[in-house]
Amino acid sequence: MKVYIPSPLCSYTHEANSVAAAGGSVGELLEDLDRRFPGIRFRIINEQDEIRRHIRIFVNGNQIAGLSAPLGREDEVMIVCALSGG
Amino acid sequence: MPASQPTRARRGKSKLCLLIATRKGMFLLRDAGDRRSWRLAGPHFLGHIVNHAVLDPRDRRTLLVAARTGHLGPTVFRSLDLGKTWKEAGRPPAFPKAETPEAKREVDHVFWLTPGHASEPDVWYAGTSPKGLFRSADGGMTWEGVAGFNENPLREKWAAGPQDGTPDGPKMHSILIDPRDARHLYIGMSSGGVFETRDQGRSWQPLNQGCRADFLPDPYPEYGHDPHCVRLHPLQPDRLYQQNHCGIYRMERAEGRWVRIGEAMPKKVGDIGFPLVLHPRDPDTLWVFPMDGTSVWPRVSPDGRPAAYVTRNAGKSWQRLDRGLPRAQAWWTVKRQAMCGDTRDPVGIYLGTTNGEVWGSRDEGGRFVNLARHLPEIYALESAET
Repeated sequence: MKVYIPSPLCSYTHEANSVAAAGGSVGELLEDLDRRFPGIRFRIINEQDEIRRHIRIFVNGNQIAGLSAPLGREDEVMIVCALSGG
Repeated sequence: MPASQPTRARRGKSKLCLLIATRKGMFLLRDAGDRRSWRLAGPHFLGHIVNHAVLDPRDRRTLLVAARTGHLGPTVFRSLDLGKTWKEAGRPPAFPKAETPEAKREVDHVFWLTPGHASEPDVWYAGTSPKGLFRSADGGMTWEGVAGFNENPLREKWAAGPQDGTPDGPKMHSILIDPRDARHLYIGMSSGGVFETRDQGRSWQPLNQGCRADFLPDPYPEYGHDPHCVRLHPLQPDRLYQQNHCGIYRMERAEGRWVRIGEAMPKKVGDIGFPLVLHPRDPDTLWVFPMDGTSVWPRVSPDGRPAAYVTRNAGKSWQRLDRGLPRAQAWWTVKRQAMCGDTRDPVGIYLGTTNGEVWGSRDEGGRFVNLARHLPEIYALESAET
């Protein structure tokens, strides 16, 4: 499925702002992303498997709350860095 | 940082480099050879908050950088070619996954990096916010928590909670390794105090006797103090110094008691500050950089007149060093990791300021000149021989 990558993470994806990855849940998808682009997951998800404070993940335009959210093969995932800070 | 051996004999071969960690990235300031002309390179990791950048004095090759951004999680980057190429840690410092919601801990940022003992060439230690101690045995690529501290049943009492920290969060810092014994370490916590282990982190003892904590109901508790910067002299490892929230102190380890040596500072300046730098060859000589710690703690130079102070008799007397620095209306200061010395003779002293300037002295603080300006807020400054 297609995953949109926010610009702060494009250094991991060779500057691509969308990549293909697979998984039956958001957690699995992020594991797959990390296999393809090592290090990317820990910058999005903390060691307690929680989405970091300033990160949002949308599936087909709907924000999801945790890694267990299910995914279908045709879903579109968007990772977003919140507009915060200075 | 363990100070390196004097570099006089190899001056012709090595080059001096200042590693500048800032709120918006990392820069290198490279000496052309005489400490008179410097060339600024970078930024590396532009936009990242870089809390510390350290070149391993054991191999003069391994450079680790503690970084995060406002949005993304914390990580460690490594370069083996002084910043030409970088590799990210495969497993950055992280707490174990918790079994209960109350036990959840999350590394916000890596604050401090220390190369390990000379006998353990690939070992590094890292201190984090919130307070955690981590160890790498492969040159910074993967990190494990030091369970004897991080999982210690007393850790919560020693390190307390998020309220017991700096405005930027609670910090584990000043990880010091006894050059005679890889198992003997000290750590500093803001706040929490100074702690010591003699079994490489399996067990810890507080080491705060004699040090004030005048912000607590009991001003002389066993722990809960606020050391800002602790240093161990590499040639006399049983002598420790610390710049504390409550003054400047020295300890002879055999005595086990901190003695306040900042009381000899001028009363109008006081002995509050953050950084403390040791002379690499003279255990009686050290430099501090006082700041205004009155009322609400403005954290600026006292009276807007920046100055370093040096003692050459282990704290019996202090001398003001401000030649070359702004004479008035200069409202910056120097953070705990942002003052360093080199190993040359005479020793070079360097300041990285909160307003993004680097100042240096080739004569042990006798006269400062500006080496760089217009940088982001400087969080840490380390000198390295390359």
